[in-house]
Amino acid sequence: MSLNLLALLGAMLTIATPLIWAGVGELVVERTGVLNLGIEGTMYLGAFVGFLVALRTGSPWLGLLAAVASGVVAGVLMGLFAVTLGLNQHVSGLGLTLLLIAVCEFTFRMLYAGERPTLDTKFDVLLPGVEVLDQHWLTYVAFLVLAPGSWWVLRSTGAGYRLRAVGESFEAADVAGISVSGVRYAALMVGGAFMAVGGAFLTLSVLGSFTLDIINGRGWVCIALVIFARWRVWPAVCGALIFAGTDALQLQLAITPAFGDVPRELMLALPYLAVIVALAVWGRSVRYPGSYLKAHRRA
Amino acid sequence: MTTLSRRGRAGRPVRRLALRLGVVALAASLAACGGTTGEETASNGGDSDAPLIYGVFATPLEEPWDGAIHAALQSAAEDGEIEYKHVDNVNTSDAMERTLRDIAGNESPDAIMGDAFAAEEAVRKVAAEFPDIPFAFGSGEEPVEPNMSVFDNWLQDPAYLAGMLAGGLTKSDTIGVVGAMPIPEVNRIVNAFVMGVKETNPRATVKVSMINTFFDPAAAKQAAEAHVAAGADVLFAERDGVIAAAEEADIPVIGMMVDQHEEAPGHVLTSLLWNMRPTVDAVVEQATGEPAAVDLGEFSFMKVGGSDLAPINTDVVGGVPDDLLARVEERQGQIMDGSFVTPVDESAPGSSIKVSTVEVPEQ
Repeated sequence: MSLNLLALLGAMLTIATPLIWAGVGELVVERTGVLNLGIEGTMYLGAFVGFLVALRTGSPWLGLLAAVASGVVAGVLMGLFAVTLGLNQHVSGLGLTLLLIAVCEFTFRMLYAGERPTLDTKFDVLLPGVEVLDQHWLTYVAFLVLAPGSWWVLRSTGAGYRLRAVGESFEAADVAGISVSGVRYAALMVGGAFMAVGGAFLTLSVLGSFTLDIINGRGWVCIALVIFARWRVWPAVCGALIFAGTDALQLQLAITPAFGDVPRELMLALPYLAVIVALAVWGRSVRYPGSYLKAHRRA
Repeated sequence: MTTLSRRGRAGRPVRRLALRLGVVALAASLAACGGTTGEETASNGGDSDAPLIYGVFATPLEEPWDGAIHAALQSAAEDGEIEYKHVDNVNTSDAMERTLRDIAGNESPDAIMGDAFAAEEAVRKVAAEFPDIPFAFGSGEEPVEPNMSVFDNWLQDPAYLAGMLAGGLTKSDTIGVVGAMPIPEVNRIVNAFVMGVKETNPRATVKVSMINTFFDPAAAKQAAEAHVAAGADVLFAERDGVIAAAEEADIPVIGMMVDQHEEAPGHVLTSLLWNMRPTVDAVVEQATGEPAAVDLGEFSFMKVGGSDLAPINTDVVGGVPDDLLARVEERQGQIMDGSFVTPVDESAPGSSIKVSTVEVPEQ
């Protein structure tokens, strides 16, 4: 048996990247007490819009910018459902996911029926040829800027306090003069942008192409990661690394002769089993944010 | 605050209701457009004598398998041989049953084509209710009298030839294959590929990953990168996503279903092609004659033009030696004249196969 450890580490970082972007996005939103099940659709939208704009303009940078904008719009839509209208958050989020995926698939077919367009220029890896470190810049940003930045903002800044205050008790926040809707909208927009970048990472950095089902459940994995992390940034990053590391490991084990007799299905299930085990071990007696799933209405 | 509350109580409910209704209507209309295309005629006109063939697909047309059937039906419509209507993303068994019954009962098609893998029973049930309409479906099961024919993509011929190329090109004697899942249609392609590798390189090892889904190019790319890390220097992309990995690793890759040369001109060596047109022509014959219950699988074989190898790209990274090309062309000639029949093996391939241990069945 010969495992290539460096390749394993490199793959782990790449696989974790979209999970960290979208997971941190979801975490920011959930800290205000809003569960955004629109995450899967928002990632899909980011992947599609980013790809479309990059394809039309030839610039992955413009694609990324458009993806960010689309994520903000998706956040506003979720805000319209869950904050302004105060609809059930589960229904709003799932509805948003269905809607966004349908809009993307519809537009893709209208524009490119039967074609398989690919980008001429996608984002290159930094430090090509250097093992482990030959990653996309969005991976570096995820680990070195996004995760520490959002941790610091949530912990130590006024914006972070307001956000957490709304999530813990919106009545108290309201009395203290914080605009509950304003904070929730802001979190949904910022979180939506992060989720969209997570999706766009797949089309603009990893693949350079768009296919249906491209997100394939990664958004739902992020929902589990956020609960596993109890709404804290670093545990969420660790969760993403555990999932990604197990996934990278199973990809290598699956083609290692010594593991030839292990059923493939078991191998493929490994990362999900890891998340379930992690949830079972560390995710018990979870204390949800005080205003989780509640719509704010002034009496 | 008091003013706000009062205004809220008086004005909000009505406005909120209107907004909710508007949002629901918008969501419903958009969600409806996303999946099913509806009835989109791609024919030479409605009043011709050409038979009406209805395509009923379980997946969106962007899925390569149903896309190949759709493309062949479209080309037959463009040639004026048929009138063609289709509906796609009929993705549950009950939706398939309702849709088929609706079409067979109200549209009087001369034949219905599609894929039945996710709804074998539903398709057979409706076919039995309309014995005068030929049903021809992609299926893993047998035909049923009097009108239910089946087909499948039998790409073992181009897979074998692609395997010969891969075996001849690898210098590390390691080849990586990324497939969807160990089901018969994937297994026979991978197994034929492995036998082809053995013909040109008996020292080689073929490593096979399955991603257990038809669509997850990012996962397929990761699987391909694991192959590269394990030493593979030629890849076979049974699934999308692998070509991007080959491009980054600067190694040759073999594509699938359509000619993927344009996706990475310096790295795509060739592609396995599925041409459904001979199968469609056979169904048109039933549509204008008598319904039948036959296995149309052989219409996907290379010797009748049902499958092919895309032009071999000799400008691919590392180049292709002339003697290897000659061997592949010779074998292709034998497949075409029937003197070589590619063995069909539908058992699940191993994950790391030393080709020297593979038994190639005698013809």
